Amino acid sequence: MSHPRSGSILDARILVPALDGAFRKLDPRSLARNPVMFVVAVVTALTTILLLRDWLAGAAHLGFSFQIVLWLWFTVLFANFAEAVAEGRGKAQADSLRKTRAETQAKLLNGADRSSYTLVPGPSLKLNDVVLVEAGDIIPSDGEVIEGIASVNEAAITGESAPVIRESGGDRSAVTGGTQVLSDWIRVRITATAGSTFIDRMIALVEGAERQKTPNEIALNILLAGMTLIFVLATATIPSFASYAGGAIPVIVLVALFVTLIPTTIGALLSAIGIAGMDRLVRFNVLAMSGRAVEAAGDVDTLLLDKTGTITLGNRQATAFKPVRGVSEHDLADAAQLASLADETPEGRSIVVLAKEQHGIRARDLVGLNAHFVPFTAQSRMSGVDHDGSSIRKGAVDAVLAHVRASGGEAEAAREVQGIAEEIAKAGGTPLAVARDGKLLGVIQLKDIVKGGIRERFAELRRMGIRTVMITGDNPMTAAAIAAEAGVDDFLAQATPENKLALIREEQGKGKLVAMCGDGTNDAPALAQADVGVAMNTGTVAAREAGNMVDLDSDPTKLIEIVEIGKQLLMTRGALTTFSIANDIAKYFAIIPAMFIAFYPQLGGLNFMQLATPQSAILSAIIFNALIIVALIPLALRGVKYRPVGAGALLSRNLLVYGLGGIIVPFIGIKAIDMAVTAVGLI
Amino acid sequence: MTLNGWIQILLFCGIIVALARPLGGYMTRVFAGERTLLSPVLHPVERLLYGAAGTHEKEEQHWTAYVAAMLLFNLAGFLALYALQRLQGILPFNPAGMGAVPADLAFNTAASFVANTNWQNYGGESTMSYLTQMAGLAVQNFVSAATGIAIAVAVIRAFARRSARTLGNFWADLVRSALYVLLPICVIGTLVLVWQGVPQNLGSYTVATTLEGVQQTIAQGPVASQMMIKHLGTNGGGFFNANAAHPFENPTALTNLIHMVAIFAIGAALTNVFGRMVGNEKQGWAIFTAMGLLFVAGVAVCYWAEATGNPLVQALGLQGGNLEGKEARFGTTLSALFAVVTTAASCGAVNAMHDSLMPLGGLIPLINMMLGEIIIGGVGAGFYGIILFVVIAVFVAGLMVGRTPEYLGKKIEAKEVKMAMLAVLCLPLSMLGFTAVAVVLPDAVASIANPGPHGFSEVLYAYTSATANNGSAFGGLSGNTVWYNLTLGLAMLMGRFLVIIPALALAGSVAAKKVVPESAGTFPTHGPLFIGLLIGVILIVGGLTFFPALALGPIVEHLAMLAGQSF
Repeated sequence: MSHPRSGSILDARILVPALDGAFRKLDPRSLARNPVMFVVAVVTALTTILLLRDWLAGAAHLGFSFQIVLWLWFTVLFANFAEAVAEGRGKAQADSLRKTRAETQAKLLNGADRSSYTLVPGPSLKLNDVVLVEAGDIIPSDGEVIEGIASVNEAAITGESAPVIRESGGDRSAVTGGTQVLSDWIRVRITATAGSTFIDRMIALVEGAERQKTPNEIALNILLAGMTLIFVLATATIPSFASYAGGAIPVIVLVALFVTLIPTTIGALLSAIGIAGMDRLVRFNVLAMSGRAVEAAGDVDTLLLDKTGTITLGNRQATAFKPVRGVSEHDLADAAQLASLADETPEGRSIVVLAKEQHGIRARDLVGLNAHFVPFTAQSRMSGVDHDGSSIRKGAVDAVLAHVRASGGEAEAAREVQGIAEEIAKAGGTPLAVARDGKLLGVIQLKDIVKGGIRERFAELRRMGIRTVMITGDNPMTAAAIAAEAGVDDFLAQATPENKLALIREEQGKGKLVAMCGDGTNDAPALAQADVGVAMNTGTVAAREAGNMVDLDSDPTKLIEIVEIGKQLLMTRGALTTFSIANDIAKYFAIIPAMFIAFYPQLGGLNFMQLATPQSAILSAIIFNALIIVALIPLALRGVKYRPVGAGALLSRNLLVYGLGGIIVPFIGIKAIDMAVTAVGLI
Repeated sequence: MTLNGWIQILLFCGIIVALARPLGGYMTRVFAGERTLLSPVLHPVERLLYGAAGTHEKEEQHWTAYVAAMLLFNLAGFLALYALQRLQGILPFNPAGMGAVPADLAFNTAASFVANTNWQNYGGESTMSYLTQMAGLAVQNFVSAATGIAIAVAVIRAFARRSARTLGNFWADLVRSALYVLLPICVIGTLVLVWQGVPQNLGSYTVATTLEGVQQTIAQGPVASQMMIKHLGTNGGGFFNANAAHPFENPTALTNLIHMVAIFAIGAALTNVFGRMVGNEKQGWAIFTAMGLLFVAGVAVCYWAEATGNPLVQALGLQGGNLEGKEARFGTTLSALFAVVTTAASCGAVNAMHDSLMPLGGLIPLINMMLGEIIIGGVGAGFYGIILFVVIAVFVAGLMVGRTPEYLGKKIEAKEVKMAMLAVLCLPLSMLGFTAVAVVLPDAVASIANPGPHGFSEVLYAYTSATANNGSAFGGLSGNTVWYNLTLGLAMLMGRFLVIIPALALAGSVAAKKVVPESAGTFPTHGPLFIGLLIGVILIVGGLTFFPALALGPIVEHLAMLAGQSF
C-alpha cells in the first residue's frame, strides 16, 4: 500500500501557472459558472468604464475611485486564482498520468495461436480485440485477461512499485492500459477504446475537466445567488433613500458596499473547495467517478466492511496449544511445530513461531531430521510429517478424528478434542487437531487477528453516527465473536452476493446511505446498489464499472478516510459560507457611516471602529474583502479539519470558530488595514 | 422601567407559554380529523360545507392543487369584498348612510383584508357600513386567518409525512380552522369583552351633548364580535380609527390583556402542533423558544426606550417616560408591550401611536416586521415564515457537520433552498423597492407629515407593515391617495401570496422525501445550539438586508436626538 502523495499546498510549481490562470479565467464564459463572482466581475467592469469616463472628462481626485476599482479587480482575480491553484494540483498529477499514455504498439492476435499477431498502434484497437502482452510490453488499453498469468507493474496509476499478479478468471483479471507487464505473458480482451480508458478518465477527473456541479454545490449556489439578489435590493434602493435625505452617493461607493456585502468569500472559494476535495481523494489514491459520490460519502450511515483484510489481518495465526489430558502442552507444541516445519502457509509458519515463543522449541531442519513432509490435499484435509517411524498429522478436527478412528484411537480423547474445538469456535477461532501415530495430542487454536487500532476506528465511526457492518463468509458463531472483538455494530455471516445486496436494499429502505467496497464480479450488483461503492483496483472489470470510486491501493480500510473526506468537503463549504455571511456585520459598520456621513453627520456614531476617514473606511473594507479570499485559499484547499465528536459538538465548535470568528475577524482586519492605509497615505 | 412593568410583561409571557400546549393539543386533534368536544355540534355543519363545495374531508391534494384551491378561494373573497364596498350605498344595514367606497381605496381594503393585513386607509366609523363591516371585513377576518392556519398545517404535514404526494385538503383545513379553532374562541371571548363593556349593537350612532354644551356623535356598533377575531386572527383592523386605544375597543386592563393573549395564542400553539405532528414536541418548543427570545429582547429594548423617555423633553423639565401618543391608561409598559406583540405577530392592532414611539422604540416594531413577522407571527403565516428561516439555518449549519443538511430527517436540497430564498427575497423587494420609489416620487412625498428621517420612517414603516401583512400604521403618513392605495395594496398581496406559494412548493417537495433516520451524525434541532443558530440566521439574513434603510430612519433619528435634534 502506498501512502498519500505528499505535496505542499503552496508549491511554486503550482502557484506560478495559477497566476496566469487567474487572468485567463476572466473569460466571461468561465466566470458565468459562478453567479456571485460573475456579478462582481460585471459591476467591476461597469465601474471601470465609469472611471475611464471620468478620467477622460478630466475629473480631479480620481485616486480613491481608482484604488477601489483596482481592488475590485483583485477580488475577481483572487477568486480565479483560488480556482486555478486548486486545478493546478490536479494538473500536475494529470501530466504524470499522460506520460503513461504515450503511443504504444499492440500485438493484435489473429486467432487462437499465440505466435501469429500483427503490430498495430494502441489507439486503433477496438472493443473485444484480443491482444498479446508479453514481458516488457506496455498494456495498450484497458482489458480483461482471458488467458495466462503475469506480474504487472502498475506504478503508473498507483504509484506503488511492487508488481501485482494479473491472471485470467477470478477477481484479478482486470488490467489497465499504460501499465507494464514484467514477466510472463497474457492474452487480453480489450474493454475500452482510446479516449475512454481508465487513465483517460483519471486524467479528466483530476484535471477537473469533467467537473459537474454536485447537488449540494448547486443548492449552495442558489443560496448565494439569493443572498446576492437580496443585497442588490439593499444597495440599489440606497440612492433613492439618500436623495430623500438630501444627499447623493457616488456609484463607486455603492458598488463597494455591494461587493463587500455579497458572499464573495465563499463565492470565490466554492469551486476551489470542490476541486480540492476530489484532489484529496486522489492523493489518497482513490478515484471518484463523480463529485456526487464524494458528497454521498459524507452522508454515509452504514459501512459494509469485509472481514478479511479490513477488520482482521489477512491470515489466521496460532494463538494457543490445548493438549488433551495426559499430554503436556510442550509435547503438543513440539509435535505441532514438527508437523508445520515444511508448511509454508502463514498459518503453518505462525505455529512454528508460537511453539518457539511459548516453549522455546527452536525450528529444526527437516533434512537433518530425516523427515518426510506430507502436504495438505483437499482429500485428506491434513498435512504432517513422517520421521523416525512416527507420523504426525494436523488438520481440520473432523478430518484428524476420522484419521485417528481409522487407526483405532480412544473415544474419550476424541470427545475431549471435540469439546476443546467447540470452545475455540465459540470464541471466534479455528481449531486444528494434532495426532501422533494415531493418538490425539490436542488442538491448536488459530485465530483471526483483529487489526491493531481498528476497534478505535469503529468507535470513532460510531461517534460520527456511522454504523459498521462486518461481512464474512464465516459461520455465525465465529462471526459474532470476531464482531464483538473488533467492535463492529453488526455482522453478516455466511455472506453471499445475494444477501449482501439484500442487506444494502434493506438499509436503504430505512432511508440510510450505504457504502461498501468490493473486488469480485459477484460484488458488482452490490457495488452498483450501494450509494458509495468503492471498487478495488485489483478487482474485475465488472466491479470497477459498477462502483463509483476506485481505490488504486486496493485497501478496503480506506472507506473510512473516504467518508471523512466527504464530510470535510461539506464542512468546508458550510464553514466558509458562515464566515462569509458573518463578515457582513463589520462591513456594514465600516461603510454605512462613511457613506451617509456627508448628510447625516450623526451616523458617525456608528463608526465605533474609529476608522480614519470615510474614504479610508470604504477602501479598507474592500481591501479586507479581497485579501480574505487569498488568506482562506489554504483552508479551502486543505479543508476544515474533521473531528469525530458527534454532530452537536462539531457544530458548536465550527459555529464558534467560523460564525463568531466571522463576526470578530473583519472588525480587527478592517481596523488594521485602515491604520495601514492611513499610515502609507493611500487616502 | 419598573418592577411592576416587568411583572406585567412576564405575566403575559407566562400565559402564552401555558396556553401553547393545551391549545396545540386541541388543534392537532382538529387537523388530524379526530373527534373533539365540539365535534357533535360542528361535524354536521362541516360535512354540509364539504358537500356544498363538492369535496370530501378525506380527499387529499397535491401541493399544486392545494395552492390552486387557496388562490381561488382568496380571489373570490377579494372580489366579493371589493363589490360589497362599492355597492354598500344601496345595500341594507347602513344606518349612517355611507356611500360607495372609492375604487382605489376599495382595492386597497380588499387586498388588505384578504391578505390578513388589515391596513386601513380609511376610518371605519366614517367609511364602512355595518354590512361591509360584518359581511365583508369580519368574514375576511375569519377566512384570511383560517387560510393562514391551513397553510401552516399543510407545511407541518410536509415534515410529518414521509414519501407523501399530498399535503392535505385545503377546504377541510380551512373549514376546520374557522369552525373548530377561531369561532369557538371568538364566541367565548366576545362574551367576555361585552361583559367588560365593549359595545355590541346595530344601532345608529348616539348623539350626545357634552358638558361644554357641544354636540358629539358617539360611534358604536357590533364592536365586541369584531374585536375578538381582529386579535385572534392577527388581523388588526380596528372598528374605530383609534383601534385598540379607543375605550370602546379596549375599555379595561383585562380587555387589553385578552387582546394581547389572543394575538399570540394561535401562533404559539402552532409550534406545539408542529412538535406533536412530527412526533417530538421538543422540536416545536425549540422554534417557540427562538421566537420567544427574539420577542423578549424586542420588548426589553422597546420598553427601555419608552420608559427612559426623550432627553430633549426631559431637559425642558418634564420627567418620566415617553407618553406622547399613548393612552394614559396603558402607560409606557403596556403600550410598549402591545406595540411589540402586535408587530411581532403581524396583527397590526395598536393601543398607542407608533409614530410617537421613541426612535429606538419604533425601531423594534420595524425590525419585527422586516424579519417577516416570524416572531410568533401572523396566524399560520408566522409558522410557515419561520420554517423558511429554519430551512436556511439548517442548510448552512448542516453543512458544517459534514452531511447533506437535513431537518427532521428530510434532506434540505436545491429545491428547498430555492423556494426558501424566493420567499425571503420578496420581502425586501416589496419593502425596500416600494419605499425607494415613494420617497422620490413628489406625489408620494407630499403625503409625508414629518421632515427628515422621521418622515422616511413613516414611508418605510407603511410598506414594511403592508408587505409583512401587519397592517399597523406609523401614523403621520396620509395613506389614502391613489398611489399609496395601489402600491400598498400590491405590497400586501405580494407579501402574502408570494410567500405562501413558495412555502407550499417547499412543503410539497419536503413531503415527498424519505426520512433519514437520526444518528449521532445528525445535529439535534431541539437544543439551545439550534435555537441560537436560528436566531442568528434570522437576525443576519433577515436583518442585514435592512440595515441601510434603518440607519437612515430610526437609527439616525436616535443619534440626532442624543445630539439634541428632533424631527
